[in-house]
Amino acid sequence: MANKATAQPLSVKFLATSFLMFWLVLAAFPFIWTLWGSFKVEGDFFSKANWANALFGGMTQTETGGSFTGDGYYGAFVEEEFWRAALNSFIVCFFVVTISLTFGTLGGYALSRSTHRYAFWFLLFALIFRAMPPITLVSGYLLPFYEYNLWGKLSTTIIVLVAINQPFTLWMLHAFFKNIPKDLDESAMVDGCTRFQAFRHVIIPVMWPGVITTGLFSFLLAYNDFAVTSMLLSKDNQTMVPKLASFLGTTQTKGNVMFAVAAVVSITAPLFVMVMVFQRQIVSGLTAGAVKG
Amino acid sequence: MKHSTFFWFVLPSAFLMLLFIALPVASVVTQSLYTAHEQVLVTVENCGPFGCKPVTSIDQEATQALNADKPLGKWAGLDIYKDRNHLAFSEVASAWVNVDGLPDFGKTLLNLPFYKAMAFTLTYTFVVTPLTIIFGFFIAVAVNSVAKALKGPTIFLTLLPFIVTPLVGSLILFWMVDARGILGTGLQWLTNNPDLSVKASTPLMWIMLMVYGIWHAAPFAFVVFYAGLQTVNSESLEAAMIDGANRWERIRYVVIPHLFPLVTFVALIQLMDNFRVFEPIVSFSAQAHATSLSYAIFNDLGGETRLLSSAAATSVLTIIGIAILLSPVLIRTYRDFSKPS
Repeated sequence: MANKATAQPLSVKFLATSFLMFWLVLAAFPFIWTLWGSFKVEGDFFSKANWANALFGGMTQTETGGSFTGDGYYGAFVEEEFWRAALNSFIVCFFVVTISLTFGTLGGYALSRSTHRYAFWFLLFALIFRAMPPITLVSGYLLPFYEYNLWGKLSTTIIVLVAINQPFTLWMLHAFFKNIPKDLDESAMVDGCTRFQAFRHVIIPVMWPGVITTGLFSFLLAYNDFAVTSMLLSKDNQTMVPKLASFLGTTQTKGNVMFAVAAVVSITAPLFVMVMVFQRQIVSGLTAGAVKG
Repeated sequence: MKHSTFFWFVLPSAFLMLLFIALPVASVVTQSLYTAHEQVLVTVENCGPFGCKPVTSIDQEATQALNADKPLGKWAGLDIYKDRNHLAFSEVASAWVNVDGLPDFGKTLLNLPFYKAMAFTLTYTFVVTPLTIIFGFFIAVAVNSVAKALKGPTIFLTLLPFIVTPLVGSLILFWMVDARGILGTGLQWLTNNPDLSVKASTPLMWIMLMVYGIWHAAPFAFVVFYAGLQTVNSESLEAAMIDGANRWERIRYVVIPHLFPLVTFVALIQLMDNFRVFEPIVSFSAQAHATSLSYAIFNDLGGETRLLSSAAATSVLTIIGIAILLSPVLIRTYRDFSKPS
C-alpha cells in the first residue's frame, strides 16, 4: 500500500513499532518463561535468592546434576497419572466437536434459510443462553445428575458441553450459511431434491471452511472449560484442566509446584500447534459474526 | 422453508438446549426456593452407672430417609435470597440506619459476601471491557503498519494469550508475579519494598486480575478491528486528505466511524465474558481479596457440604444481572428485526 493517505511519518512509525514490540513481549514472554522454567526445580522456578537462577538453573544443577530436568513432567505424567487426564481431554474434545458440528450444521442451515419469525426468536434465545455463565447452569445439573446416577461420567459431561456450545455454534454456522447463496440449494430443489437431499448433496460439499472454523472454536470451548468439567467429573474421569486445578490444591503441601508447571506446559502445547496450523481459520472465525454485523 | 422441515432440522439442537439449558434454569429457580433439611434429632435416655441423662443426637437414618424422600429440601420461599449470604435485607437495612454517611455504608456493604462479589464483578466488567477495546484497537493499528512478511508471526504471537486456557493463562501470570517470581521480584525492586506481595494486598490483587483480563481479551478485540481495518475504503481516506484532514482527523472521522459497528460487537461479547469472570480468581487464589458471582457459585457447590440452595440463589441473581446488563442490546436487536425492511 504505497499510497500517500496510508503512508506514515517516521515518528508515527517508530511509536507504532515500539508499542507493538512492547505488546509482543507481553504476549509471548510469559509462555517462553514458563516453558523454560518447567525444566528446572522449584528452587529455581521460584527463586528467592536470585531471579537469574531461573535462567541458569543454579539449584537445578546442585539438586539433579544437570541444567535441565524432566522431573516435573515425570512427576505429573507418571506419578500423578496426568496422561489419563490427557486421554480424557482428547475423548471429550473429540466427541464434543463431532456432535456439536452435526447438530449445529443442521440447525444453523435451517435458521439461515427460514424467513419465519420464530427463527429470529430461536436465535435471540440462543443469544440469551450464550450470555449465561455456564457455572450458573451447573448448580441446576447436580441434583438431577445425582438422582439418576449420571454424575461423574465422561458421556454426561460431553452432552452438557455440547448443549452449552450449541448457541455459539448455531450463531456462527448460521452466519456462514447465510453467505452460501440461496439459489444453490433452491435450484437443486427445483430439480426435484427434497430439502434434506439439497442439504446433503449441495450444501455439505461447500460448507467445510465454515465448519472447520466453527469446529476449532467448539474444540477450544471444550478444551478450555473449567467450570463444567471440574464440577461434573469424578476424580478418575478428570480432564486436564480440572486435574491441573487439583494439583494446585494438593501439591503446594508436597512442595511439587513443578508438577503443575509441567501440566501447564502440556496443556498449552497442543493449543500452540493448533494456532500455528489454523491461524487463518481462527482469524476468520473471530471476525465472522462481526464484519457482517 | 416449510415449518415441518425447519422443525426436523433444528430438533436436535433445540432438544439439547431445552434439556440442558432451559430446564436447568428452571431447576435452579426451584432449588433456590428450598433449603436443606435440618438434621433429625432424637433424644434418648442414656443410662449409665451414675443414673440416667437425656442425650440428644442426630438420627442419621431418619435424616437420610428425609433427604431421599425430598431431595430438594424443605420449602423456604425467598428466605435464601434474603439471608446474609445473598441480598442480606436485614443487614443492609440496619446498616442504612446505623452508619454515618455513604462511604461508611459502602464499606459495610462490601463486607457482605454477595455485595462484595457483585462489586468486583461489575468493576472488572466495566474496567476491562473498555480497556480491552482501546488496547485491541492500538494493537490492530500497529500490526496494520507492519511489513507484510512479519504479519503472520505477529498475529500468531498476538493470538496466544486469547487462545490459551483461562485457568492456565492466569496461572502463568500468577507464578510470575509471585513474590519469588520474576515480575514479583521486579515489582519489589521497582518500588524498593522487599515485602511487597501481590498476594497480600487487595488493591494489587484487583489490578492484577484486571491486567490479566485485558491481556487475555485484547487479542480478540485486535482480530476484529484488524479485519475491519482491511476494509477501510482507501478512496475515502484519500478524499479526506485532499480536503485537508490531518492524520489524526483521518482516523477520527474516517477509520473510527467505519469500525464503530465492530466496537458494539466486541463490547457485547466482552460484557458477557467479563461478567462471568471466574478462572483467574481460582488460579490467583484471590478469594480473600476478590470474589466474583461465578466464583461464589463455584465455592458453594464445591467443598464438603454442597450448598445447592445457596448456589442456586446466587445463580438466579447472576442471571438477572446479566439480563439487565444485556437488555439494551436485546431490545435493539428486537427493534432492528421488527422494523419493516
